[in-house]
Amino acid sequence: MLALFTRDLKLAFRSGGGFGLALAFFLIVVMFVPFGVGSDLTLLARIAPGILWIGALLACLLSLDRIFQLDHEDGTLDVLATSPLPLSGITAAKATAHWVTTGLPLTLAAIPLGYLLNLPEPAYIWLFASLAIGTPALSFIGAFGAAVTVGIKRGGLLLSLLVLPLYIPTLIFGAVSVTKSVDGLNPLPSLILLAGLTLFSVVLMPFASALALKANLN
Amino acid sequence: MPDLGKYADTVILAYVVSFVLLIGLSAITWAQSRRAKRLLDAEEARRGK
Amino acid sequence: MSFWEYANPVKFMGLSGRLIPVLSVLTALCLAVGILWGFFGTPDDYKQGSTVKIIFLHVPSAMIAINAWIMMMITSLVWLIRRHHVSALAAKAAAPIGLTMTLIALGTGAIWGKPMWGTYWAWDPRLTSFMILAVFYLGYIALWNAIEDTDVAADLTSILCMVGSVFALLSRYAVNFWNQGLHQGASLSLDKEEHVDNAFYFPLLVCIAGFVLLFVILVLIRTRTEIRLRRAASLQARNT
Repeated sequence: MLALFTRDLKLAFRSGGGFGLALAFFLIVVMFVPFGVGSDLTLLARIAPGILWIGALLACLLSLDRIFQLDHEDGTLDVLATSPLPLSGITAAKATAHWVTTGLPLTLAAIPLGYLLNLPEPAYIWLFASLAIGTPALSFIGAFGAAVTVGIKRGGLLLSLLVLPLYIPTLIFGAVSVTKSVDGLNPLPSLILLAGLTLFSVVLMPFASALALKANLN
Repeated sequence: MPDLGKYADTVILAYVVSFVLLIGLSAITWAQSRRAKRLLDAEEARRGK
Repeated sequence: MSFWEYANPVKFMGLSGRLIPVLSVLTALCLAVGILWGFFGTPDDYKQGSTVKIIFLHVPSAMIAINAWIMMMITSLVWLIRRHHVSALAAKAAAPIGLTMTLIALGTGAIWGKPMWGTYWAWDPRLTSFMILAVFYLGYIALWNAIEDTDVAADLTSILCMVGSVFALLSRYAVNFWNQGLHQGASLSLDKEEHVDNAFYFPLLVCIAGFVLLFVILVLIRTRTEIRLRRAASLQARNT
């Protein structure tokens, strides 16, 4: 499982593996917002938490189909499925690798991007915390969507349609905790709920993904 | 026709929208059912030959 | 004779074929009585005026919208555990009906909301939850259409339905957490003090019965369609 994890990491970092694409996408989304709504700094400060969360979520979505697609095409997935490793372990390793190459860099990148959007001072720590806590949920839920759509040709659009509704609770708890800190309210309750959601996804989603993979592979 | 007062448009619009959707759904369901039956009958006739 | 006998497609076709004419008459009767009674036979509300009549469409469709998903959840689970094809096909058959009911609930709600709340749309938790429900239906239907192998499609949509149910429920709570709403309380509570006035309550019950029957009959017809299509496809494969 560890070997699979490091292998996925290496593949992602190699050129064409998609690492960096998500970051560039995140940057562009954030850059587009002032073009769309104007460069008024007080307005930007108000919508910054939401924009940063939505941007990170979309950037994460962008790279989901890579979790299983390539391995499915070249048959690696079939080999993995017949190996003694449990399928849920395989999906967990792959989702973790996805988080390290997508969620983690996005979390770090959100801080300077927050500055560009004039995010108020006290919110930075909560932005960082909420993304650090919330993005694993995005990767693990996304891995489920990727497992469901792995056998479908050009399934990218369908993948988004399936995964986006599943992201709603994560987005709400994540964005609300940052917004609350901007408004001087206590962001802890929503952050705790977000942590609960992440734990739930990390523990249970690999089993759902494994079921979906099994249905796709035989 | 009951007197619907100043909200007549609202009430009638709601009923029309609902009926259009319900009747549309029923019609599609019925048409698909007919088509499936025809298709199956044709296939069974072919097999019977 | 056990309930599971009807998981046999032949038995199911026989029973449903006999049930549909009876149910059609009942459905038409209930809907006609309920809606005519509601439309012509109820007084105006002192606050809402005649718009209160919209309740006879709004509440039943909203109920079916949610219960259709629950029915899909159960039939999906039956498919995953017992592998009865009829069960999987019934779930597939129910989805478009659920989606239509969701749209009716949203549509009538919006039309009612304009004069009452002053807006067609507000990001009220219940409205938002229904919009989310519509998206879940869309995803489910899209997944069925995207996969050619019917057994794989049944597997994957069932799993999606299970996972989707959990997340739909989570979304419901998250949305409540995110925004306090302007929706009124339960219209149907058994507690007399709480539910709507009797003048509206009884026609509403008839309407709900009509909608439930309509749902059942549409599911039966659509499931029969799916069974026939599948049978035709297998015959086609054998004939050629």
